Amino acid sequence: MTAAMISRPVYPGLSPDQYAKTHLILCEGEGAAAVLDMAAKAPKEFFSRALILFCPAGTGYEPKLAALSPKSLWVLPTIATAMFRLRGVLATATMGTRVYAAGTEPFIGSVLQETLAVGIDHKSVFTEHRGSAKRRVQCVHCKGCTDDVTASPFTCTHCGLTLFVRDHYSRRLGAFQGVCVDAEVPGEVPPVEELYR
Amino acid sequence: MGLMFKDETYRGDFTFYNSPEAIRHFPFPFHEDKYMYAVNIEPHTPGPKGSAYEFPIDIDEHYVSDMRDRALVLQEDPLRCQSLPHMITAEWDLVELLMTSMSDAYPEHFTLKRNGDAWHWINRPMGIENEFTFGDTSTLPYPPMEYITRQCQGDFCLLDQRDGDLWMDSGMVTSQADWSLDFDIGMSFKEWHAPVPLAHEIGVFDRALKFLLAMQIGRPVRRLNWTMTINPRLDTSPENYHKWGTDRTTVTPENVGDKVHLRVELQALWRLPRSNAIVFSIRGYLIKMRELVTIPKWGRRMPRVLKTLPPELAAYKGLTRYQDMTIDWLAKYDDGAPTSPGCFPD
Amino acid sequence: MSAPTEIRVRVAEAEAVTPAIKRLKLVPLTSTPLPDFSGGAHTVVHYTDGPRHVRNPYSLMGSPFDPSAYQISVLRVPDSRGGSALIHDGVHEGTEITITSPINLFPIDRRARRHILIAGGIGITPFMAMTAQLDREGADFQLHYAMRDRASGAYWKLLKSIYGHRVHTYFDDTNETLALTRLLDGQPLGTHLYVCGPAGMIDWVLKTAREAGWPEENVHFERFAAPPPGKPFQVALARSKRTIDVAPRESVLEAIEAAGIEPQFLCRGGACGQCETAVLEADGTLHHNDHYLSDDEKASGKKMMICVSRFEGARLVLDL
Repeated sequence: MTAAMISRPVYPGLSPDQYAKTHLILCEGEGAAAVLDMAAKAPKEFFSRALILFCPAGTGYEPKLAALSPKSLWVLPTIATAMFRLRGVLATATMGTRVYAAGTEPFIGSVLQETLAVGIDHKSVFTEHRGSAKRRVQCVHCKGCTDDVTASPFTCTHCGLTLFVRDHYSRRLGAFQGVCVDAEVPGEVPPVEELYR
Repeated sequence: MGLMFKDETYRGDFTFYNSPEAIRHFPFPFHEDKYMYAVNIEPHTPGPKGSAYEFPIDIDEHYVSDMRDRALVLQEDPLRCQSLPHMITAEWDLVELLMTSMSDAYPEHFTLKRNGDAWHWINRPMGIENEFTFGDTSTLPYPPMEYITRQCQGDFCLLDQRDGDLWMDSGMVTSQADWSLDFDIGMSFKEWHAPVPLAHEIGVFDRALKFLLAMQIGRPVRRLNWTMTINPRLDTSPENYHKWGTDRTTVTPENVGDKVHLRVELQALWRLPRSNAIVFSIRGYLIKMRELVTIPKWGRRMPRVLKTLPPELAAYKGLTRYQDMTIDWLAKYDDGAPTSPGCFPD
Repeated sequence: MSAPTEIRVRVAEAEAVTPAIKRLKLVPLTSTPLPDFSGGAHTVVHYTDGPRHVRNPYSLMGSPFDPSAYQISVLRVPDSRGGSALIHDGVHEGTEITITSPINLFPIDRRARRHILIAGGIGITPFMAMTAQLDREGADFQLHYAMRDRASGAYWKLLKSIYGHRVHTYFDDTNETLALTRLLDGQPLGTHLYVCGPAGMIDWVLKTAREAGWPEENVHFERFAAPPPGKPFQVALARSKRTIDVAPRESVLEAIEAAGIEPQFLCRGGACGQCETAVLEADGTLHHNDHYLSDDEKASGKKMMICVSRFEGARLVLDL
């Protein structure tokens, strides 16, 4: 399998949408630094219309985000809890809301899944990749997703098959594709490579 | 005179085979003694009588067994048939296309009676008869795309056209060559083709996309694609790769003729009338090497093609393990004589 | 690839809907039915009157569920080319004309939770077919239709009688204006906006939507530019080894067609991208009049849309 990366999403970086009525900003870990960088380019009143959902992931950006004086700042312990809050906000959101997502690829993938579900085109969401290159990988056999994959091949945390990570990305699943590496000759597994640190 | 439908299997004891008529019906894909990826799109117009191109939708002697295998796949894995909610208009467009094509081409097997939106469909080989209201999903036992594609040979994808691109937003895919609908659904044209080697670099997908975006109603097009499969297995999905992958190591010089199959996809595309979507049908045909060499021209050409295949393509198609063995087996059918141009038997 | 399929049709009805708008009902000459179409599709009418050839795009405004005939509306535009006037005046009941197989460059986005359609004047025509389709599919839609006055506006009474409160009309002469900013405010996520009308109106709607914070992915428009006239020039065709004169009121595409070459086209209005042509040599200035090429592509001088764009200078060589 060759490494054509055409299905891999492009993350062009955050930039302020001066016209949006509400800025719904999601950031995880180092993604907060992307929000702070955007703040330097944003007009003064920008954050008075901003709702920030932040997963610290071990970082200490909360005071700096609070200093932007957003309309709301919600600090949430995990991606799952952030997505739960996001669904609540989207349920009553209207046109004129601009969504921003910054952080690791699995985090951005989760945000895009939620926004897609309420009819927001993926190209409307401003994204920036920050932090680790770890991947979420879906096992094509059992359909289970394994988070925080940094090496290929790896063992599926659901069904136990040894999977190599194909450079093929599904926005709908927010995941790369994992395919059994030793399907033809069971046990014939190439050496593990750390690729996505 | 109607078709005689065979009772055969694509798993377990693998009793599938082609009758002599089915061999001559086979859409051999190589028009010369070598192969390279190309757009190779041509109008999907009627071809010679008895060929796979005679009718817009081809039904053959394997029909009933094909449909039984599809039902087995769906029973194990319902995710092989999926449709995003905005595709419902395209699903009904597909029902109309397939029912009219099948009943026009094979009136002895299929009948469609239309009275406004009151439709009456009879499928004799499968023993199915339904009266339903066109456009009203509650009047069919399955959603419209699933209903009709459980009764039509070939995989089907429905492509939504938006923003100058095509989006794979629906499909019935149970006999694919190693790609997953569940993974690819919702992708753009270039995204779902991402794993294909070499073709992006030479601009194949740019040209193909531009062409397809301009497709007109009533002017379907087709192209052929091919790979090879060990055993006559229809379900060579990535989902089940860990179950069928070992097949590739079972080829020996003695069993090439029976085990190694050329698998050709007759890919046809239609613009759909009211959804403005495109239907992308992937109709697969299997032929054993032993059957293929009964057509002398094909027996000469096949080994020549395999010898010239770029290694990236051989790897992508999964042939690497048995490519040489197959070339060796075929060598005795290639006397070195020149072959005539075109795909059809002499 | 080749130019779209042409179909001969007869004008079965020609009705002056308003002093400037003629509705034409087109039926096939043979028993072969016309191709089906979807809401938003257009056809290119090819009309010949002696030495004069006109090929203009018109939206199909009949119901996509009535396959027996097509309906188009021809507005008499006082433009310098006079193409629409030629069709408006020259085509009557019984006239036979040629049209292309329909193509849809303004399709419904069915992912939408709600569809807001905005029409200005003759821009109502694609929405005639789209409303018929959205209504039948049970979609949430509303139509906002602005006209100069009650007499020059077409089809508004008919639309109101079919769709009732879902149709909102605005007449300039009684100072009724569409409060677009208010309309766009508070629409549910996943609402899509469609606009068709005069260029100024489209610009206004796009700007207002952007300033209301709507993402461009949710805003759709149909804008066909008429080929603008200009100074005459010559174009050399590298592959066919011909040199063609382009007259002041003629587009490159028209001049090439008149010479018997049939390039690919769909919209003839600089929108669809099908007639994109590689520029091999250009000693002079390309005047890009299309809405298709990006600014970078226009600046590169490597491509031109031959349906609307022109050239001024010493030598132009195209890959045709």
